[in-house]
Formats: sequence, C-alpha cells, structure tokens
Amino acid sequence: MMHSPYIRRPASVQRVMLTVLAALLPGIALYVWQIGPGILVNLAIASVAALAGEAAILALRRKPAAAALSDGSALVTAWLVALCFPPIVPWWLTTLAVLIAVMGAKHLYGGLGQNPFNPAMAAYCTMIVAYPALMSQWPAAGQLDFATQLQLILGGTREIDAVTGATALDTLRTGLRAPEASVASVRALDAFGFAGGRGWEWVAAGYFIGGVVLLATRTITWHLPVGFLAALALISGAFWLADPVRFASPLFHLASGGAMLGAFFIVTDPVSAATTPRGKLVFAAGVACIAWLIRNFGAYPEGIAFGVLLMNMCVPLIDMKTQPRVFGHRGGRPS
Amino acid sequence: MIGRLFSFRGGIKPAAHKEESAGAAIVAAPLPAQLVVPLRQSIRATARCLVAPGQRVLKGERIGAADGPLGTAVHAPTSGTVVEIAPRPMAHPSGLDTRCVIIAPDGEDRWIEHQPFDHRAAGRDATLAHLRDCGIVGLGGATFPSHVKLGRGKGVETLILNGAECEPWITCDDRLMRERAADILAGAAVLRELIGAQRLIVGIEDNKPEAIAAMRAAAGSEAEVVAVPALYPAGGEKQLIRVLTGIEIPYGKLGGDFGVQCFNVGTAHAVYRAIAHGEPLVSRVVTLTGSVARPGNYEVAIGTPIQDLLSLAQPAGDTDRYLMGGPMMGFALPRLDVPVVKATNCVIAASPALFPPPPPEQPCIRCGECARACPAELQPFELYWFGRARNFGKAQEYHLFDCIECGCCAYVCPAHIPLVDYFRFSKGEIWARERDKDAADAARERFEFRNFRQEREKAEKAARLAAKAAETRSKLAEEAPAAGDAPAADDAKKALIAAALARAKAQKDTVEVRNTDNLSPAVQAEIAAVEARRKAALETGAAPVATPDNES
Ligand code: SF4
Ligand code: SF4
Repeated sequence: MMHSPYIRRPASVQRVMLTVLAALLPGIALYVWQIGPGILVNLAIASVAALAGEAAILALRRKPAAAALSDGSALVTAWLVALCFPPIVPWWLTTLAVLIAVMGAKHLYGGLGQNPFNPAMAAYCTMIVAYPALMSQWPAAGQLDFATQLQLILGGTREIDAVTGATALDTLRTGLRAPEASVASVRALDAFGFAGGRGWEWVAAGYFIGGVVLLATRTITWHLPVGFLAALALISGAFWLADPVRFASPLFHLASGGAMLGAFFIVTDPVSAATTPRGKLVFAAGVACIAWLIRNFGAYPEGIAFGVLLMNMCVPLIDMKTQPRVFGHRGGRPS
Repeated sequence: MIGRLFSFRGGIKPAAHKEESAGAAIVAAPLPAQLVVPLRQSIRATARCLVAPGQRVLKGERIGAADGPLGTAVHAPTSGTVVEIAPRPMAHPSGLDTRCVIIAPDGEDRWIEHQPFDHRAAGRDATLAHLRDCGIVGLGGATFPSHVKLGRGKGVETLILNGAECEPWITCDDRLMRERAADILAGAAVLRELIGAQRLIVGIEDNKPEAIAAMRAAAGSEAEVVAVPALYPAGGEKQLIRVLTGIEIPYGKLGGDFGVQCFNVGTAHAVYRAIAHGEPLVSRVVTLTGSVARPGNYEVAIGTPIQDLLSLAQPAGDTDRYLMGGPMMGFALPRLDVPVVKATNCVIAASPALFPPPPPEQPCIRCGECARACPAELQPFELYWFGRARNFGKAQEYHLFDCIECGCCAYVCPAHIPLVDYFRFSKGEIWARERDKDAADAARERFEFRNFRQEREKAEKAARLAAKAAETRSKLAEEAPAAGDAPAADDAKKALIAAALARAKAQKDTVEVRNTDNLSPAVQAEIAAVEARRKAALETGAAPVATPDNES
C-alpha cells in the first residue's frame, strides 16, 4: 500500500544532473572560444566512455541498466573529468580516466550515492600520478589550432612538450624557484593573462556564471562554493600580504587552475561532500587550504583534486561533529 | 499587537487545492440508515458503554462514560434505537476493529434536555468535568482530550487558536471561521479563562483572507488575529507556536511547559456549544473533495459511515481510493464502511490524475534537500541510511522520534525515496524491540522465579523430612529404654542431629524471608498461594511423603 505523502514535488535525480550539465555550458562555450574546440572532442570521448563503462559494470553487477544510465550522473562525471584534464590529453587517457571514475570510484563502492570519493577527482589523481607529464601540459589561449589539438588528442602522441607549456600555476611555482625571481617577474611571462592563465581566466568566468545558475536554481547551497572560495582567498591573501614577492595574490588563485570549476562543480558533489551546513563550510575550507598548500609547496600543478580526496576521507567525522541542532533542542550533536 | 512573526526552518509549498471546496458553505449531511459510534473516540482511551441493545436514546444522550484519566464521554449523535454493540472496523490504516454502538436513527433528531453551563459559577474543576462529559476532544486530528490539555490552569500566558489548516485540500476550519467566527471566539474566551491566559492569538494561514477578515471582525480587541505565511506545516502545533511566539517546544514537551497552549478552532467551537448550549460533541465539519463533482463542507454526525457521505459529493469515475485527512499526512481508507470520527476532517477522492503514483525509488544522492525541508530540523537522509542499515540505535541518537511524519522530506526528495515510510518502519521496529524486551524480561523473571520456587521447595522438603526423621528417632529413643536398653550415646547423637537440622531449617526460613522481601505484591501473592496449596496438601495427607528415612 502507498503511504503519505501522496503528493511529490516534480523533482528527480535526472533533473538535478541535467541542471549541472546545463550549468557547465557557459564555461564550455568560453573554453571553445578561448582555447579551441578540442575540448568538445574530449567531452564526446568521455561521455561515450562513461556510458559504456556504466552499462558494462551494471551488466556485471546484474543490475537493471536503464534507470541508472538515464539518471545523468555518469555524464556529469564524464564532463568533469574532461574539463579538469588538459584539453590535449590523448583519447585513451581520457577514456581510461573515465572508466576508473565510473567503474572504480563509483561502482566498486556500490554505485550512485554510495561512493565515498569524488569519482572525477579520484580519476584525476590516479592519472596525474601515473602520467604526470601528459597531465601537466596546458595550452594557453590561441596557442594551438584545432587541427593540432585534434592530432594530439586522436594521435595519442606523448611528445607534446614541444608544443605547449605548463599551466600558469605551474609556471609560477617553478619560476619562483629561480634566485631573484618574484611573482611579478614570473607573471610577466607569456603564460599569464590579466588574472590567471592566459585565456583560462575566461573559462573560469564561465564556470562562475554556471555556479550562479546552480545557486539560483537551488541545485546547490551557498555553503560549499563560498566556503571554498573564501578560504582560498583568505589563506592566499594572508600570505600575499605578508610577502607579495613570494606569494601570488588571491585574485590570481581564484582565477587560476580549477578554482572556479572546483568551487561550483567539484566540491559540490553531494554524494561525497559533507552534508550539514557547518560541515560543508569545514569541508570546502579544508579543500581550499590543501589546494593552496599543494599549489605553493607541492609537486603537482594543481591541488584541488588531492584536497577533495583528502577531505572526502574526513566527511564521516565532519558530518558527525557538525550535526545541526534539532528543533527545540539545545546543543548540536546527537545526544 | 504582535510585533513580528518568527519562522520555522524548512517547510514546503505544495499546491493548496483549497479553492475546490472553500466556496462551499457548511451544510448538514443527511442522517444515514445506521450510525456506527465507536466507544473509542480519543486514541488513548475507550469509554465505558452505558446502553444496551434495544434501548432508545435521544440526541446527545450519553452512551459511553469517560473511563480513566484520558477518557471522554461518547454520545448518541441523533435520537433512535440502539441496534447492536459490536466491534466494527475503524478509519485507520490498519483497519482494526473497535467496539461501537450501532444506532438506527428514528428521523426525529430529538435532543436530550440540555441547558447552558455556567462555567463561572461552577468553577474550574466542574467545568473541566463538564467538557469531559460533553466529549470534547481536539478536532485538529489528534483528538487529545481537551479537559486534560486544559489541566493545569496556571503558568500559561498565551492561548493560541490554530486556524492555520495547512494541509492541501482541507477547508473545514476555513469555513467554520468564515461562518461561525463569533462562536469560535466565545469558545476561545472560555478556554482562555480556564487556562488563565493573558492573551489570545489566532493564527490563520494567509491563503484564507475571508476567514482572517471574519475572525478579525468578530474578535475586535479581544484577540490578535495573525496571518501566518502559507507554508506547510505551519498548522503543526509546534510550528504555529514557533511562528507566533518564537518559542520552540521540543519533542515530548507540552506547550503548557513553555507558557503557551494551542487549540484548534473547531475545538473552540465545540467548547462554545458545550458551554453556551450544554450540547455534547455529536457532529463535526468534514470536507469532501478531490476527484468529485461537488466538493463541499458538511456538518456530519459522528458515526456516519463514510460511504454514505460520498454520494453527496459524487466521486468521479477515475477515483481509485479515498484518503482521510490531507495528502501530506492522511492515509488511504482500507474500506468505506468505516464511520466518521471526531478526527475526520477531510475525505479526498483520490485519482491517479490528482495523486499520481511516485516514480520508482532511486539511490539517495545525499543532496540534502530533505534536510532543508524538514521542519523538525532533522537530517532525514541520515535517518534513512541508519534505518536501512537497521541501525536503529543510531537513528534514535539522531532524533528519529522528533520526526512528526509531516512528509516534507519525502515530498522534496529527487530520488523519490518514501522517507516517511522508512521512519515509520524504524519507529515500529524500535517499539517492537522495546515490547519484545519487556516481554523477554517478564519471561526471564517468571523463569527465575520458578527456579527459585523449585529450589526452595526442594530445600524445604529436605528440611521437613530431616526434622521428621529426627523426631521419629527421638521418639524411638524415648521408647527404647522402656523396650530395652539403648545406648545413651546414641540418643545424644540423635538429639544433636535434630538440633542441627532445626538450626538449618530456621536458617533456611530466614533466608527465604529475605529473598521474598523485594518481590512485587503480585509475586508475593503467588508465593502465598503456592504455600497455601502445599500446606493444604500436607494437611489432607494427599501428598504422602515417601523417603528413604521412612523406609529404613
Ligand atoms: S532528498 Fe532524497 S536524495 Fe536528497 S539527501 Fe534526502 S533522501 Fe537523499
Ligand atoms: S517527516 Fe520527519 S524527517 Fe521528514 S520532514 Fe517531516 S519531521 Fe522531518
């Protein structure tokens, strides 16, 4: 027998996922405009790989495929993988990463809703450890035409050092190792634009617009993006004020790398992030601090993925310690 | 006037569907061929039956007397003949039976003699007794006895009249306020005197402008009539108290503990009838709506079978079931021959078009929508995960029992998880476990007591036999010198043994007394009975004791 409530708001997991995909579109559009249409090829490769991987593992797990395939969650994972990878990684790298994300990080833990780790970030970390060189090559705006991008993606070549440089973040970090170097001198290099990496600031702005859409449609709450961006601004701002020669400004950190994509689309993954309002702030601030540390002192060009995975591990504890107070009760934690 | 409104967190705004029936004035529903009046009108107590089959009753005549502290009286809703007193199915999801008085109306609808009750002259206690004997219970749906709720009569500063009626579809309170505002407020004035409240606030959802206007006009400066934002569940007692006063009443606490008391407008109206006219509660307003040709509001005699009402509204052909209450917290009637009771505020003809079956359940994505919607500020998805994992202890720790089953979480969940069902299941499991535990404790106690008794009886028997043997020996010893020469040393030894045995017995007795000291009266009575039986058996010699000693 069916029980109350007998009415439901027209909402579905699919609708949530489609909203996320739609909110990514401004960022993708600016990506194509600034960096080139190669990303569309990557997105297509990732999407096909994700759906195929999902179908395969559902068959292995003997689960009905239709509902799970149509919920849109595999596509979201696929798009995030494609967007956080350099746009010129070979097709097999993208495919492998998506399969790791969907079949490993998601389904080995029980499928949608059960995964403790953000699948896209698990794939990113695996790949940057396995293929650090391929994963560190980012073209700046106007650097590579579509034909070259396509050739790099489909040709599967691994000799790309010749055609592109590192990210702005990476250039800054390695540049600062030289004696006499300062943020100002390094930032004068070609890789930099007005705020972050040249061309990439626009893409970041696109993600920001998408983030506003997510907030406006109440798909996400403000806690995670604001917690992340505020913490990143605070920690980078403090060090920048203390020593502007050695540390880049908050604006640079916010506009560079995956900060905007991370703030609105990655730390906001509901399944693997903290869930209580205060817990979300703690979680996001933790990701931001780890990311900033890795950006400045680590061996990798970007630290958000590691930050997310490390904070994913803390989620049960964070959630437990930040339970909101219940109506009419004093004190927050379960008694 | 009230300075500002507070808000409760969470809540939802489902489509109100009030317009269907809100325009229909209250009309009296015709009497059915038979009224089925349950002797249990408030969930917590059953009334003692006062009538016998064949007896003629008048409208308002008491047919059930209040029993126990939570009991209220039950009355004949019209004049007629008692046909039968028998268990009948109730409007309850489980379709359980309860004892009912079945009355065949004579069509005259003749009242029993009744007159106004002067509550000022009678005093508080007599007035509460009068309300109890008039069968006044909360008409908001919980049917809690009003005389109990009015109980303490001091320390309550604010009386709140609940006219929020936040469930979609239901309009019975709305109509009552529009049509009988003065009566409601007169009833509220009595309630206010009874609890000694300084001020009276009427909370009405702002989607009922006519009701607000009518109540304002009738209230004058006597009460503050406040429009509260239409946000389900604003009509939940604790949510309304929160909105109007800012006070949060935790689970398990009553408004009275915090200086506020809340009554439904329908209850205030019933109190007015009981005081101003001496009329017991024999009918209530019921909204008939949903997939029907003529939605409306009807004054229905308690005990009217729901199927008799339905024809008034003419349900459409696509109706596939009937809900009692609103779509958020109501339930589907398992059958239609169940009677209208004091809790019946609404019957909705449900069709797949109006209430489509929910899409299939998907995995929870921990999006937190449910937590944002929860007016009790719980984390429903956590409760859901704990419930699924059968980790009920953890669910309790996360305040499962604060859940008011309002359904907001299930309403918003994008994964279409029937969250409330999981919570009902968890609560049921916890209750069942408590019951099992109680039963197991009782069984263990019974078992331990049986062991104890058997041990004791064995020991007693041994002691008795030993004493008897000693007696026989000493008798023999006495007789022995006459019969011949028995060694004196032997006698002395026997005496020693006898003394030792007597000591042992005495010791055992004292031990026994200590052991039974802490037993409950019931257990002590049982022991006494066993003792008596045993003694009787011994005295009649029905249980001759055969022992090796005797044989030797
Ligand atoms: S609303 Fe549904 S899917 Fe979202 S967290 Fe709650 S139970 Fe899970
Ligand atoms: S049904 Fe319970 S858990 Fe769900 S919203 Fe209502 S009070 Fe919260």
